Amino acid sequence: MLHIHCPYCEEMREEEEFSPAGQAHIQRPLNPEELSDEQWARYLFFRKNPRGLHHELWLHAHGCRKYFNMTRNSVTYQIMETYKMGAKPSITASEEGQS
Amino acid sequence: MQQYSGFGLLKHSLSYHENWQRVWSNPTPKKHYDVVIIGGGGHGLATAYYLAKEHGITNIAVIEKGYLGGGNTARNTTIVRSNYLWDEASHLYEHSLKLWEGLAQELNYNLMFSQRGVLNLGHTLQDMRDIERRVNANRLNGIDGEVLTTAQVQEMVPILDCSKGARYPVMGASWQARAGTARHDAVAWGYARAADALGVDLLQQTEVTGIRRKDGAVEGVETTRGFISAGKVACVAAGNSSVIAKMVGMELPLESHPLQAMVSEPLKPILDTVVMSNHVHGYVSQSDKGDLVIGAGIDGYVGYGQRGSFNVVEHTIAAIIEMFPIFSRVRLNRAWGGIVDTCPDACPIISKTHIKGLYFNCGWGTGGFKATPGAGHVFAHTIAHDDPHPLAKPFSIDRFTSGELIDEHGAAGVAH
Amino acid sequence: MSQVNRIAASSKRINRNRTLTFTFNGKEYQGFEGDTVASALLANGVDVVGRSFKYSRPRGIITSDSQEPNAIFQIGSTQATTIPNPRATQTDLYHGLAASSTNGWPNVDFDLMSTVGKLGGSMMPPGFYYKTFMFPQSLWMSYEHLIRKGAGLGSSPQQADPDSYDKMHHHCDVMIVGAGPAGLAAALSAAQTGARVIISDEQNEFGGSLLCSKQQIDGELPSQWVEKTVAQLATMDNVLLLPRSTVFGYYDHNLVGINERRTDHLGENQLQSTRQRVHKVRAKQVILATGAHERPLVYGNNDVPGCMLANAVSTYINRYDVVPGNQLVLMTTNDNAYKTAIDWHQAGRKVVTIVDTRESSNGELVKKAKKLGINVIFGHAVIEVSGSKRVKGVDIAPINAVNHSVTGAAKHFPCDTVASSGGWSPVIHLSSHTGSRPVWNEDIAGFVPGETVQQQHICGGLEGVYDLSKVISAGFTTGAVAAQAAGKGEGSYAGTLPQTSDPQEDASMALFHVPHSKKTSRAPKQFVDYQNDVTAAGIELANREGFESIEHVKRYTALGFGTDQGKLGNINGMAITAKSLGKTIPETGTTIFRPMYTPTTFGALAGADVKHLFDPARFSAMHKWHLDNGAEFEDVGQWKRPWYFPKPGEAMQDALERECLATRNSVGILDASTLGKIDIQGKDAREFLNRVYTNPWSKLAVGKCRYGVMCKEDGMVFDDGVTACLEENRFIMTTTTGGAAGVLQWLELWHQTEWPELEVYFSTVTDHWSTMTISGPNSRKVLEKICDVDVSNDNFKYMDWIEAKVAGVKARIFRISFTGELSFEINVQANYGMHTWQAVMAAGEEFDITPYGTETMHILRAEKGFIIVGQDTDGSVTPQDLDMDWVVGKKKEFSFIGKRSWTRYDNKRDDRKQMVGLKPKDPNFVLPEGAQIVFEKNQSIPMTMVGHVTSSYYSACMGYSFALAVVKGGISRKGQSVFLPLSDGTTVEAEICSPVFYDPKGDRQNV
Repeated sequence: MLHIHCPYCEEMREEEEFSPAGQAHIQRPLNPEELSDEQWARYLFFRKNPRGLHHELWLHAHGCRKYFNMTRNSVTYQIMETYKMGAKPSITASEEGQS
Repeated sequence: MQQYSGFGLLKHSLSYHENWQRVWSNPTPKKHYDVVIIGGGGHGLATAYYLAKEHGITNIAVIEKGYLGGGNTARNTTIVRSNYLWDEASHLYEHSLKLWEGLAQELNYNLMFSQRGVLNLGHTLQDMRDIERRVNANRLNGIDGEVLTTAQVQEMVPILDCSKGARYPVMGASWQARAGTARHDAVAWGYARAADALGVDLLQQTEVTGIRRKDGAVEGVETTRGFISAGKVACVAAGNSSVIAKMVGMELPLESHPLQAMVSEPLKPILDTVVMSNHVHGYVSQSDKGDLVIGAGIDGYVGYGQRGSFNVVEHTIAAIIEMFPIFSRVRLNRAWGGIVDTCPDACPIISKTHIKGLYFNCGWGTGGFKATPGAGHVFAHTIAHDDPHPLAKPFSIDRFTSGELIDEHGAAGVAH
Repeated sequence: MSQVNRIAASSKRINRNRTLTFTFNGKEYQGFEGDTVASALLANGVDVVGRSFKYSRPRGIITSDSQEPNAIFQIGSTQATTIPNPRATQTDLYHGLAASSTNGWPNVDFDLMSTVGKLGGSMMPPGFYYKTFMFPQSLWMSYEHLIRKGAGLGSSPQQADPDSYDKMHHHCDVMIVGAGPAGLAAALSAAQTGARVIISDEQNEFGGSLLCSKQQIDGELPSQWVEKTVAQLATMDNVLLLPRSTVFGYYDHNLVGINERRTDHLGENQLQSTRQRVHKVRAKQVILATGAHERPLVYGNNDVPGCMLANAVSTYINRYDVVPGNQLVLMTTNDNAYKTAIDWHQAGRKVVTIVDTRESSNGELVKKAKKLGINVIFGHAVIEVSGSKRVKGVDIAPINAVNHSVTGAAKHFPCDTVASSGGWSPVIHLSSHTGSRPVWNEDIAGFVPGETVQQQHICGGLEGVYDLSKVISAGFTTGAVAAQAAGKGEGSYAGTLPQTSDPQEDASMALFHVPHSKKTSRAPKQFVDYQNDVTAAGIELANREGFESIEHVKRYTALGFGTDQGKLGNINGMAITAKSLGKTIPETGTTIFRPMYTPTTFGALAGADVKHLFDPARFSAMHKWHLDNGAEFEDVGQWKRPWYFPKPGEAMQDALERECLATRNSVGILDASTLGKIDIQGKDAREFLNRVYTNPWSKLAVGKCRYGVMCKEDGMVFDDGVTACLEENRFIMTTTTGGAAGVLQWLELWHQTEWPELEVYFSTVTDHWSTMTISGPNSRKVLEKICDVDVSNDNFKYMDWIEAKVAGVKARIFRISFTGELSFEINVQANYGMHTWQAVMAAGEEFDITPYGTETMHILRAEKGFIIVGQDTDGSVTPQDLDMDWVVGKKKEFSFIGKRSWTRYDNKRDDRKQMVGLKPKDPNFVLPEGAQIVFEKNQSIPMTMVGHVTSSYYSACMGYSFALAVVKGGISRKGQSVFLPLSDGTTVEAEICSPVFYDPKGDRQNV
C-alpha cells in the first residue's frame, strides 16, 4: 500500500486518501474540431502504460482535493517524486534508463 | 500424444509411474516459424492449438518469458460464465463457454470444468433492473439465465445473508446454471500438451526483446535466444501488451493494473456455487480442495508488480463477511496479484494492426480466463485468414477511433 | 492416561500450579498453563492427531511452530465460536478447550479412508485427476461431487461470529519483526537512541529460540537475559511490545500488517475486548529478525507419528517439560542438532543412536554427545521407518550423498521417535512479500532475502547467521543502524555486548533427500509436503512429465499449497527438482512467498468495517419523520431514501397510486435532500459551466434556474440537474444523488488540470441543506401559508428562484419541477429541515398533503418523459440519443466537453438506440423494466434485439401503463409496433410513442 507525499499538504499520507487518475500530462487539444478521429481517439483512449517509470495523475480525494502529479516506478512501486500541477517532472525515463 | 484415462492410470501404477511421457517437449528454437505467438498463457496456447488444429498451420512457436500459464492464467479466480450484457460480448463469451463444455474430452485433459452455476447478486433497484435487462438479453441470445428472487437465492445459498438488516440487502440475483469454474493451470497445460502434439514449439524461459519489421510488415522477433524469423507475430501478452506494443512504437488503449485474489484455508464443502456481488464488491466460490477462492476489485494505479495494496484486501474481506457473516472466523491463507490490461470499455481487443502480420489479443481486464477457448479460437482464425473472425470483428482496435465501443461497465462495475 | 511424557519440572514456561482440562476428539486430557495444545497432547502421549489429505495416513505432530502441517484442528465448542484449522503448535491451551481432528472417518485412529488410500494410493500420483474422470463428459459433475466430499480441512462456523475486531494505525521509526535474540538486541539498541520502536513476535512471549536454549548468556540461562531485556524495553515510553502478534504481511513503502491475538489464549466468548486486532504500522525502517526454520530430511515413511524435527523435540523438552517418546534416533546433517540428543538423554530417556549423514565431525557438541555415552554412526542415514500409528523402528544404511545412493546393507534399530535435521532455512517470507526475490546462499544451503527497494534491514538467522554470539551482536548493530537511518542516534551500539560462547561446529552437509536402496519411485513414500501428501517420487514424476519450472512443480504436485505455505517442504522440494533435472537449486528458482505469513482471521482483516459500518449510511435531516411515518427505504448511493409511504396494510402499488393521484390532484411532498449540491463561485464560474455542460450559461440571469446535462469527453451523458444563478459570479449546481461525489471530482479535474486560469471554486454543500419539494396544483396554497413573500405566478415564475422565509426559517425556494406539476423546492439549512418539513406538513394538512418517495417521483417524472441518468442511460447514450438536442448549445464558442466525440462515425449512425415512449397494447400490462425489444416478432434465437425498456409503470393518473425505452432509430419510428419477448415465454406488443405522456405542452408546471 502506497505512502504518498501530497505536494500541497506537504505531508506523507496513506494511499486510502488518494485516487489515481491515470497518466499525467495529457493535455486536452485546444482545437478538438480540427483533429482527425484518429487524433481524437489518441487523446481519449491511448496511453503509454509503461513498465517502469510512469508519470501519473493523482487526486488527494480525502484530503485537500487537489490533483497532483507523481513519478512512480510501476514495477517496484517506488515513488520518485510528487509535484504540483503545472510543474514538470524532475525525473524522466531517459535519465533513469528504460526499465 | 499419450492418451490419458483411468485405465492408463491403473496400468502406469503397476510400473510405479516410471513410464509416463513428457507432456510437452523442450525444443531448440527453429530459424523460422510461420507464426510466432508472444505469450504462453492460456490464450496464447489456445491460439497455437487452434491454429494447428483448425487452420493447418503447425510451424508455430509460442514464446514465453517465464513458464507456461504463469501469468494471469495462474492467478485468476477461475470463474467461467457468458452472461454478458452486450450482444458482441455475450456472443464471444458464449462461443467460449460452448468450447469449454467439450474441452476436457477434446484435449484429453481433465480441466475440472465444473458447471456449478454463477449467481450475480442485486442489492438495489437499479441492480435488479440491470439484471433483468442482462438476463433478457442473454435469453434472446440463446444464453441460459434466470432472474431469482431473494427467497430463491436464499434457498440456493442458505449461508448467504439475505436478511433485510444487511447494509445492502440482497434483492435478487441473476443465475447462469451453465457457468462455473475450471482448474486454471490445467487449461494452460491441456492446451500446451495438445499444441505440442500437433507440432507447436513451446519455447519457455525465452523473452522477446524486439520485433523486426521491414516495409511495414513483421519479419520476426528478437529474443533472448536470438532472432527468430516469423511470417506473422501474434501478441498475447496480457498485462505486458503495452510493453510489446512499444517495441513497434505503438500505444494501445490499455492500462495495466494489479488485480488481487486470495484464498482461505481449506474448508469442508460449504458453498457449491459461485456468488458474485458487484455492489458489495465481493465474489467467492469454493474450490475442489476446499479453499474459498475470493476475487478483489482492481487496484486503481498502473502496476506491473504482481501485487496490489493491502486496503483492497481488507475491503474485499469485509465484503465477504457482509455477504457471509459465518466466515468471520475463517482464515485467509494467501493473497496475490496479477497484472490485468484494461480497456476503456471493459472489452478486449482482438485485432489486426497497421503493421502487416502483427496481431494483438489483449485488454481482457478481469475477464480473460473464461474467454480462453473462445479467444484462442477466434484469434487463430483472425491470424490464419488475416481477416477478423466474425465474432472478433467488433473487438477491433479501430473501435476506439470510430466510437463503436461495447461498454460492459454497465454490466459489471467491478471486476468479474 | 495421565501426562506420561511430562518430565520433572524445570521450565519456567510451564505453570504446574494451574492444571487445564481440555478435550481432543471427545476425550478429556490435562495440561498446564503455558502449554500449547500440541505440547499438551504430546505430554499425554497422543500420537495420531490427524489423517493426511490424499492417502488418509495417520499423522502426528512434527514441529513446534508455524511450520506444522499435520496438527491442524477444529477448535471451539459452539457453531458460533468454532475456528477451522488452527495449528495445535501455535494454539495456547486454555481451560475447557475443545479440539478435534479435521480429517479421519469414523475417527483418526481407525480411518476407513486409509484403506482406500492404501489400495488406491498408487493410482493417485500427482496430477492424476487431470488424467481421468473425463468420460463421459456428463459425469464430471458427479465425480466432482464425490471428490469434493473429501475436500477441506476444518469446517466453517455455521453461526455468526460473536466476537468483534478492530484496528490500530501506528507510525514508528523502527519496526522489528521477531523477538528472538536478534530482534530483542535490535530493539534495545534502537530504543536507546530515542527512536520510536515497535517489536512484535508471533509467540505468546518474547525470546524466540532462547526460550528453549541452554546456551548461557552472561553466565545465566538465556531466558534470564530475555526477561531482563524485555523488562528494560517495557520501561521505555518509546517502545511498544506486541507479543502474540504475527506479522502477516509486509507491504510496499514499509507498511507492516500485524495480527494481535488478544483473547484466543483465554478461551471463547471473551467479549470484554476485541478478539483480535490488526496493527497497521508505517515504519521508517523495518528490521526483519524472523530467524530460521529447521528443515526435516526426506526419507521413507517419514510421516509416521514419532517422526519429528530435531529442534521441535528440543523445544518440547526444554520449554514444555515434555519428552515426546522413549527411544530416540536422531538423524542429522549438522552438529547443531546433536543438542536434541543431548537434551533427550539429559531428560532421562534413551537415545538409541545418532545417525550422522556426514563422514565425520569433531565439533564440540559431537564430542559432548559421545562423552555422554550416546552412540553416533557417521556416513549413514535413516532410509526408512517402520510402524504405522507410531514409529516402531528404523532402517539405517550407509549412504553416498554425492551420487545419491545407499552403499551397503541396512540395519534395523527399534525406536519410537525419529528426530531429523537437514539444517536451517531462513524465514524469508516477509521480505518476499514486497517483490524482492530471494537469493541462494551456498554456505548455509538456504535462501536469504535479496535486493529490496524497501527501507529494510535483516539480521540474525534470517541472514544465515546462526551462532548466538554473532546473532546478538548483529542485532545490536542493526538496531543502531536502522535507528540512524530513521534519523536517530549515531549508528553504532555503545553499550557492552552480552557474552556467550558458541560451541565450535564442523561444517554441515547439504542433504535434503535421503537415498533409499530402491529407486525413489519404488521406495516407501518419502514425504516432502505432508499436508498435501507430496512425495519425492511425485516431484520426480512431475519433472519426468516435463514440469520443470519450480512453479510448475508446485502447481502440478500441490507442493507448498498447504496452510503452512511450504514452510516445511518447499526447499526440499526444490532440491529434489534440482537433483532430478541436473540443475542447481538457484537455477531451479524459488517460488515467491505471498502474504499471509500465517493464516489470518477474516474478521481481523475486516476489523470494525462490518455490519452497519460496512459502508456508512447517509440519512436526511427528516429521516426520523420518514421512519415514524412507515416509509419503506431504497438504497441510493450511500443514502437511505424513502421509497414509498405505505399506510398500514396497504400494498405497494396501492400506495404508489395514492401518492401519484394526491400529487397530481392536490399536493405531494418529497424529501429531495439527497440530491448533490455544489456551490460554484468565481468570476469565471459561468465560463466554466459553459465548458462542462452541453447547454449555454452565458445569459442565465441572477434569480434564474436552468437544467443542464453533462457529458464525458466521449460524448456520453453522465449527469444532469438544475443549476441556479445565485449571484453574478455564483451558482448552485444540483447533481444526481448517486453522482454527487463523482461530479465534484470531475469539475475539480477540469479546473485543476486543464483550466487553472479560470477563477472558479467548488464547494460541496449537499449536507448543508435540507430540501423538500412540494408539488401539485395546491402546492402554492400550502407555501403561501408559511412563506413571507409573494409566490404568485406573476411574482415567482417557473424556473425562478427566490430567497424567503419559510416557517420562519431562511430558505431558498426554486420553482422547478420534476413532476410536471406546479412545484416548489424549498431549501433550508439542514438543522432546520425537520422543523420546516413539519411546518409544511401542518400547512398542507387541509389539502391532504401526501408524502411520496422515490418510486412515485419516478412515475411522475416518467409520465413527463424526464430521464433519470443511470436508469434511462447507461454510459452509451448521447443527448441526441435522448432526443434532447435542445440541451446542446449550438453557438457556444468553446468546444465543450463531449462535443467533439459526437462527430465520430458511430455517433452519426441513424440506427443508434434512441429514447422513446412505449405504450403496451394491453393498457393494464406493465412491461418489465429490462425487457428486450425486437422489431420482428417471429424470430428464432438468437434474436436481433433493438433496445430495451428502461422505465416502466402503471399510471394511475392516465389510467394506463407506459414505459420509457431505448430503441434503434426509435425517434423516427413513432407509431410503429415493437415486440417484447418476455421471460415467461410470452411476447407482448407495444407502440413507439413520444416519451412525454402527460401534459405534453407543460401547462401544469407554469400555472
